[in-house]
Amino acid sequence: MRAWFPYPLLSTALLGIWLLLNQSVAPGTLLVGLVLSTVLAWVAVKLQPKRSHLNRLRTIAGFVLLVAVDILRSNIAVAGIILRSRGQAVRSGFVSVDCDLQDENALAVLACILTATPGTAWLEYDSRQKKLLVHLLDLEDEPAWRRTLERYEASLKEIFQ
Amino acid sequence: MSHLTDLPSWAAILVCALLLLGAAMTLIGSLGLIRLPSFYDRLHAPTITTSGGTLLVCLASILCFAILQSRWIFHELLIIFFITATTPVMLMLLGQAALYRDRLEKPRDVPQKPVPLSMADSQ
Repeated sequence: MRAWFPYPLLSTALLGIWLLLNQSVAPGTLLVGLVLSTVLAWVAVKLQPKRSHLNRLRTIAGFVLLVAVDILRSNIAVAGIILRSRGQAVRSGFVSVDCDLQDENALAVLACILTATPGTAWLEYDSRQKKLLVHLLDLEDEPAWRRTLERYEASLKEIFQ
Repeated sequence: MSHLTDLPSWAAILVCALLLLGAAMTLIGSLGLIRLPSFYDRLHAPTITTSGGTLLVCLASILCFAILQSRWIFHELLIIFFITATTPVMLMLLGQAALYRDRLEKPRDVPQKPVPLSMADSQ
């Protein structure tokens, strides 16, 4: 089983993308999709991506919802800051936080979330000292933002370990 | 696109609202690129476009064509997924380049690279 499907999650995702792009679940499309996803997973073996295990589907659903709400809120907040930025100067600055995520894929997900959230920009991660350097557009929110990051970290640890 | 007139009016209003909101978000993001003072501030502006703008425009597209063809349409979700997954690469590259340059040219304004532990011990 492992030899045929080295990366079951990747294969499933590829099949899903193929079906979405073709917008059909006809037997022919399904067959081509199955062949493609299996063969591309074999190709991925050569790239040796880091393997990680997802668990707790309910945690994942809750986490996605939480992130979506946060992204929505910061979209509105940053839009407000930009519209008001002619009057007053923006108080932005660098923040360095400890971030102790072992899993590379979890770090990648965190990077995607922080980038998709307007108002935070991921600049640098030092994997030896577990320090994450982030630029915040609104420094007034710094304590609240630190709490949010801790919550993300805890959820990601639970999901990826 | 004359068959767009087949859209019931409640759907048309909803699609219009989503589309206009998305376009407004994108405009605000571009406005931020002009208005915000420093390079690092300007890094934040395009993320409004890529998250809020894309999301709203794609939602409008999903709603419009799902109602016109009276079936579920989801392939716009792929656009949202791939944009979200690929923007960090570009933004990190820009941020790293700016940090690298600023650390050499004006080291007081930006945080320094953390010293490796073994070197910090010997100092």
